Amino acid sequence: MQEKMTDYILELKNVSFSFHTYGGVVKAVRDVSFSVRPGEILGIVGESGCGKSVTAQCILKLNPPKAGFFEGGSILYKGEDIVPKTNQEMRQIRGDEIGFVFQDPMTSLNPTMKVGKQIGEIIKKRKNITKQELRHQVIDVLEKVGITDPQRRLNQYPHELSGGMKQRVMIAMALIGNPKVIIADEPTTSLDVTIESQILKLFQKLSREFHISVILITHDLGVIAKLCDRVLVMYGGKILERASAEELFYKTAHPYTRGLLDSIATLETDKNAELRPIDGTPPDLFSPPIGCPFAARCEFGMNVCHKKMPDEVELSQEHKVCCWLQDKRAPRVEELFQKEWSNE
Amino acid sequence: MNNTEEIKDDDFQIIGKQLEQMESISRPALSYWEDAWRRIKKNRIAFFSLVLLGIYVLLAVFVPIFSPYDYAEQNSANLSAGISVQNWFGTDSLGRDLFVRVWMGARVSLTIGFFAALLNAVIGTLIGGISGYSGGKADMIIMRLVEVLYGIPNLIVTILVMLVIGRGVISLVIAMTIVGWIGSCRFIRGEILRLKEQDFVLAGKVLGVPAIVIIVKHLIPNVLGLIITNLTSAIPGAIFGEAFLSFIGLGVAPPTASWGILAKEGIKMLRVAPTQLLIPAFFICTTVLALNLLGDGLRDAFDPKLRGED
Amino acid sequence: MKKYILKRIIMSVITVLILITVVFFLVRLMPGGPFTNPKLTPEVKAVMEAYYGLDKPLPVQYVQYLKNLLHGDLGYSMSYSNQTVTSLILKAFPYSADVGIRALVFAFSVGIVLGIIAALNRGKKLDFLCIIIAIIGTSVPDFIMGGILQYFFGIRWGLLPIAQYKGIEYTILPMISLGFATLASVSRIMRSSMLEVVNQDYIKTARAKGISEFQVITRHEIRNAIMPLVTIMGPLVASILTGTFVIESIFAIPGMGKYYVDSISSLDYTMVLGMTVFYGVLLVIATTITDIVYGLVDPRIRVS
Repeated sequence: MQEKMTDYILELKNVSFSFHTYGGVVKAVRDVSFSVRPGEILGIVGESGCGKSVTAQCILKLNPPKAGFFEGGSILYKGEDIVPKTNQEMRQIRGDEIGFVFQDPMTSLNPTMKVGKQIGEIIKKRKNITKQELRHQVIDVLEKVGITDPQRRLNQYPHELSGGMKQRVMIAMALIGNPKVIIADEPTTSLDVTIESQILKLFQKLSREFHISVILITHDLGVIAKLCDRVLVMYGGKILERASAEELFYKTAHPYTRGLLDSIATLETDKNAELRPIDGTPPDLFSPPIGCPFAARCEFGMNVCHKKMPDEVELSQEHKVCCWLQDKRAPRVEELFQKEWSNE
Repeated sequence: MNNTEEIKDDDFQIIGKQLEQMESISRPALSYWEDAWRRIKKNRIAFFSLVLLGIYVLLAVFVPIFSPYDYAEQNSANLSAGISVQNWFGTDSLGRDLFVRVWMGARVSLTIGFFAALLNAVIGTLIGGISGYSGGKADMIIMRLVEVLYGIPNLIVTILVMLVIGRGVISLVIAMTIVGWIGSCRFIRGEILRLKEQDFVLAGKVLGVPAIVIIVKHLIPNVLGLIITNLTSAIPGAIFGEAFLSFIGLGVAPPTASWGILAKEGIKMLRVAPTQLLIPAFFICTTVLALNLLGDGLRDAFDPKLRGED
Repeated sequence: MKKYILKRIIMSVITVLILITVVFFLVRLMPGGPFTNPKLTPEVKAVMEAYYGLDKPLPVQYVQYLKNLLHGDLGYSMSYSNQTVTSLILKAFPYSADVGIRALVFAFSVGIVLGIIAALNRGKKLDFLCIIIAIIGTSVPDFIMGGILQYFFGIRWGLLPIAQYKGIEYTILPMISLGFATLASVSRIMRSSMLEVVNQDYIKTARAKGISEFQVITRHEIRNAIMPLVTIMGPLVASILTGTFVIESIFAIPGMGKYYVDSISSLDYTMVLGMTVFYGVLLVIATTITDIVYGLVDPRIRVS
């Protein structure tokens, strides 16, 4: 990658992360590189188990410390590698520099602690803050995330709030430390559709108004389309395609991305057209395939796909893909893609 | 295949999906019981506990039959004797052979423990099962009753019942059952309520499978493991209960030996002959310990969440 | 919340009423019971018949009995002449309460700490040690624990007194023997509860905030892990209370338990029954209080 380092707030370089389990070592993230610009919304999309959550959590080193470990790579935050940092040093980054919003607001809030106190904890760790100042800041951040009547809310317990409200509290928690980056791991999966769009708008506001970078992890291409500037498509612990949101939808280059797009219904989809799910299941990450992880499920699969992982090919400045179909020896794929596309 | 393999031009031929490659080898299918038995055998602590309990049961059955002494036979010439070739565990303050008394006591205590726990489990399962399965009014009435009874301290009722019906092995079992079933009743009811909502039961109902078949084929096999586990962990409670009642003078009547009585008599003789307490104490504690460990092992063996793991 | 407390109190009043009724009728059922005991002298018999209104029909007797209870009148002891059961209980109860509270505090404080240590050191030697203590605690009945402690600390090593209750050194052995089983269950529950809480999502949230590990453990983990302990406090308090029966008679502490056991062996029925009612009510109150406390501690219960 030839981009200048200074353009990026966060950079992952060849990160591999694995877990020890009873069944052996699971290689959850394999050689993943990407970078985040200030103020942009970067989407990571993929099926469950593709390694997107692990990627997100390993940035803050939140994966269980004994079971999970880095096999290699570096994570540069403001140009400084955080992989070798101790837990103690990581505490300076967590909350203050990088905020995290978890998937399920129902279980991610401490049920026995008042909401205000849970939010305040992050800035309380910095010394010299008075009670009034703390309260003031908490109320301030609650207003920012659109919670009405914050004075009352901060004295409530999580179970007294609705799902959408809880997720707003989670976002307030991620926001109060004034971070540069917020990582949101499927932040709307457990919410109603109406609430979902409110929360997504909130993320948009954070990025536009406060110039915070958002890494948005999701399995929902609809969310990506609405919100993201750039998108990474992950599968089997690897990034298969990366592009601006527009290019991903209109110049799809990887058969897996194609499959994802085909398997969802949109308003434009003819109601008689069949949705086309991707056959098969994701690969076993105990012994990941040496070739392309998607090869076995790919309708354009070739022998070479099973033999070697393809290199990343640059299609345009923002658009890169890992697929043997891009090789000059391969059949002319664009035609195939177009053909499949027009069939519907 | 390996990484260094040469890539040829004809590798670039589209072969399409290779779904059969993804079929993973699943482990051989084991039935619920086979799986549980396999795991209990693998759990060395639980297996050892089972063996120890087996040995105790055999000793309790045969020692009183073959011993030259009778458990009630006093010998004023040989009071509180130490351990010797004639009296392996010594004698008590009335000159009775402690070895035969310990195993006679085991007979009484284990019988009471087992039957009290069994009766509690059976009654509790029946009532809890009916209550949970039928639901509605029957369930509501039973649960109100259970709620009120649950508030009354077990031991208090047991003591009262013992006062009314008098001492003895059967009285003890009855007294401990009168309120003892409530625990397993609540437990089984909850379990049945949970199972009733599960898809396989609903599917059976939708397909018109008769209730009796659902109960016999689906519900019972699914709770049986839990019942057995529960039963195993209830026996120590019943043994403690017997010991406690005997200790406060409401258990079996002397000269019958039970572990509770032996411990009580042992404590009286603590200054003179500590072995009179320590020996029965050893057997009470190891029995209860073995039952607890076996119960833990069974719980793990029957835990569906752990199925298939080692 | 008020509704919840009210409901609990009504439930416990019903339970107490049923308990009292059961006691009343069981006494009438008792063969060789208090009123037909041949040991009684005619004078005592006459007093008792007048007192219990035995010549009147059962319902009248029942109402009379309830009235007496309301006045805290539990009748006269049969073996301690001229003493009311109430006065004996009042004399003995402070001792029992003292032993009981000491044992409770000992069991809960040590048990919680052990459970936390075990959970934080899962799979290590300290964890193993705590598990062993828990297993011993659940496998040794309190009277055997009492006897063994008496033998070693009192008789063998002469470190602590083994009878009576006249000062702090007298309280140690009874406290340990009475509290040990409870300590074991507390540490066991605390350990598994901690291990469960550690895997909860909100712990990850807490970690993502960048607060110190110590704060994660104390504010988030322990605080939530203690909750399940409150639910079983009722039964544990009950087991400690009934445990005083044997512990007091082993250590010759002049508390209620000792009177209770003595009354059973001397067939002092009025005493046994009076104390049974007293114990029953005490236990019901104890469980009700723990239920209410649980409602106060866990905000989630308050709504339902």
